[in-house]
Amino acid sequence: MIRRIAVWFVAATLAASGIAASGQERRIALEDLRSGIAFSSREIRAMQEDDFANPGMLWVEKGAKLWSAGARSCASCHREAEKSMKGVATRYPAIDHGSGRLFNLADRIMHCRSERQGAPALRHESDELLSLTAFVSHQSRGMPVGVSIEGPARPHFEAGRDFFYRRIGQVNIACAHCHDANWGKILFAETISQGHPNAFPIYRTQWQAAGSMERRLRACLSGIRAEMLPYGAPEYRDLELYLAWRAQGLPIEAPGVRR
Amino acid sequence: MTARIQLIPPRPKRGEIIEIRVLIQHNMETGYRTDAVGGVIPRNCINVFSCRYNGAEVFRAELSPGISANPFLQFYTVAETSGELELSWMDDQGRQDSERARIVVSE
Repeated sequence: MIRRIAVWFVAATLAASGIAASGQERRIALEDLRSGIAFSSREIRAMQEDDFANPGMLWVEKGAKLWSAGARSCASCHREAEKSMKGVATRYPAIDHGSGRLFNLADRIMHCRSERQGAPALRHESDELLSLTAFVSHQSRGMPVGVSIEGPARPHFEAGRDFFYRRIGQVNIACAHCHDANWGKILFAETISQGHPNAFPIYRTQWQAAGSMERRLRACLSGIRAEMLPYGAPEYRDLELYLAWRAQGLPIEAPGVRR
Repeated sequence: MTARIQLIPPRPKRGEIIEIRVLIQHNMETGYRTDAVGGVIPRNCINVFSCRYNGAEVFRAELSPGISANPFLQFYTVAETSGELELSWMDDQGRQDSERARIVVSE
């Protein structure tokens, strides 16, 4: 009964806010959605809010240089990223219609490099790839996350959701045990966040560097002593899509700062 | 290497105290970490940083492994004449780098 009321309540909230629920049940009500920055310390928040002190901006700045570097640069097709890339990051992960695969923003950049620019491939988590991703994501800052889970994206969404609720690792817990059921509570010295992907690539003080969503997911897997899947594994993409759907409506913060 | 410089206020008056902020992209390798196969990653920190204002040194700092990666430095000087700030630094591998900023002083 309580569950039914909760579902009705969420559905009513969704209808009121005008965001399509797509027949999905939200575990965190829209008015309770909080970006990870809301769970961060005052120092971390100050670092993210000040565009100069935010070390992630170093990657954005480098990305801006890479954007227009070389003869067949990104800029030679897409011109000014401030216009052409505005809002792009809000839509990823998304299906690539050519290959039918689910791409995140970094995959899209890599694909563009190899298919259109004839440029050498970039390694996952390389400085160049993070810089370009940060620069492109930064153009959508303040815009709400809004991915599509319709059509060919649907099975990926479902796989991601299943991953989110599956117990894994020696600790034998699912993502949901922390990020749905216990967010806002203290775990060791940290407040558990809701696990939203709206600030990536992030500058993480623990890494002393910028890093992708994938790196963060690997850190989570390591934390619960589960097998870390290799970079580029499709499971990460599916989960990223589910997380983006779950965070829809939250503003993009790239480059975010986290502890 | 990327570095960013910010002057506050951006257009100071003569005699006004200006805040100079700099953020340098550098991994400040401590020398205490090991790689995936147990080998020591050699220390590589920025060990000296200096700021020249129209050729005269106004600030110098010695940095060490206790300072985080991508160091952020903030210091002050007095705006005297328009000209150039030259910020330069060197790391343990002997790599030198510098960044310049125009400074425009109004009367």
